[in-house]
Amino acid sequence: MEDLLTIAGKGYRSRLLVGTGKYKDFDETRRAVEASGAEIVTVAIRRTNIGQEPGQPSLLDTLPPSKFTYLPNTAGCYTADDAIRTLRLARELLDGHDLVKLEVLGDPQTLFPNMPETLKAAQTLVKDGFKVMVYCSDDPIQTRQLEEMGCVAVMPLASLIGSGMGILNPWNLSLIIEKAQVPVLVDAGVGTASDAAIAMELGCDGVLMNTAIAGAKNPVLMAGAMKKAVEAGREAFLAGRMPKKLYSASPSSPTTGLISPK
Amino acid sequence: MGDNFPGKIGRMEITLNGQALALDEPLSVAALLERQGLAGKRVAVERNGEIVPKSRHVSTQLEAGDRLEIVVAVGGG
Repeated sequence: MEDLLTIAGKGYRSRLLVGTGKYKDFDETRRAVEASGAEIVTVAIRRTNIGQEPGQPSLLDTLPPSKFTYLPNTAGCYTADDAIRTLRLARELLDGHDLVKLEVLGDPQTLFPNMPETLKAAQTLVKDGFKVMVYCSDDPIQTRQLEEMGCVAVMPLASLIGSGMGILNPWNLSLIIEKAQVPVLVDAGVGTASDAAIAMELGCDGVLMNTAIAGAKNPVLMAGAMKKAVEAGREAFLAGRMPKKLYSASPSSPTTGLISPK
Repeated sequence: MGDNFPGKIGRMEITLNGQALALDEPLSVAALLERQGLAGKRVAVERNGEIVPKSRHVSTQLEAGDRLEIVVAVGGG
């Protein structure tokens, strides 16, 4: 049976979700996204550039919504109201598409989530018919509350957005994973392939990243590495790792039939 | 429909994406998009905090003091 990531009733083969920001140009964006194998891509919603030249290519031309599942985000929003307005615009822009990434930030330096505002926004958005995937702190009580409100996935940070610091608190992530009934995705903090593998080995259902790929010297190569890391981590999780044994070594080769028996 | 004194008939000011914009004549949302070179583009419009669905771009007339937001999808994480 195929191992699918199911979000809001829809199955996805790829457990790697990628952002589309910070690339050199749309061509690099497209090549990196394709190398990552991601089916879900995040996008931001911004004011039209009033001086923009008509006929310039758009992101929607580069990554056609027919081929990818768009996940509009609320990056840059610091209040529940701004986040809600942004996602209503996104739904209008994407012809009624209602799968969204909610993030309400609390501080421009750390981009740490403002959880009271996040919870407030989530409540309104769920009532308004949105399928909410939510960026949040790695606090099992907050993620439980978001799940109870009807969010379709919880996405705790592993470390600060864009920091590349990796999985700083695997214990909290494990607490969240153990209790959650909705998919748990690590969103933010992954720096390199091993970080993604660790997240998946912990039992995360998926990983969302942007800077780890876009900020690499060779983003397309890193996108492929992340694809493999997420797959490897997932398979290792499903396989069930051997228990760690601190002080008792156990040889892998037969202990009998040695040429110099003890 | 805004100030209606001689010489300024029909003239009105709106706020578009945070910037003041003077219009010589009353416009619909569709006409504003045309004026901005955005006709036929994938954009979404909010007027005074409320979404204006595509199906109502033609029938929605702008009024003086309206606050318009026109947005697109851009790269982001």
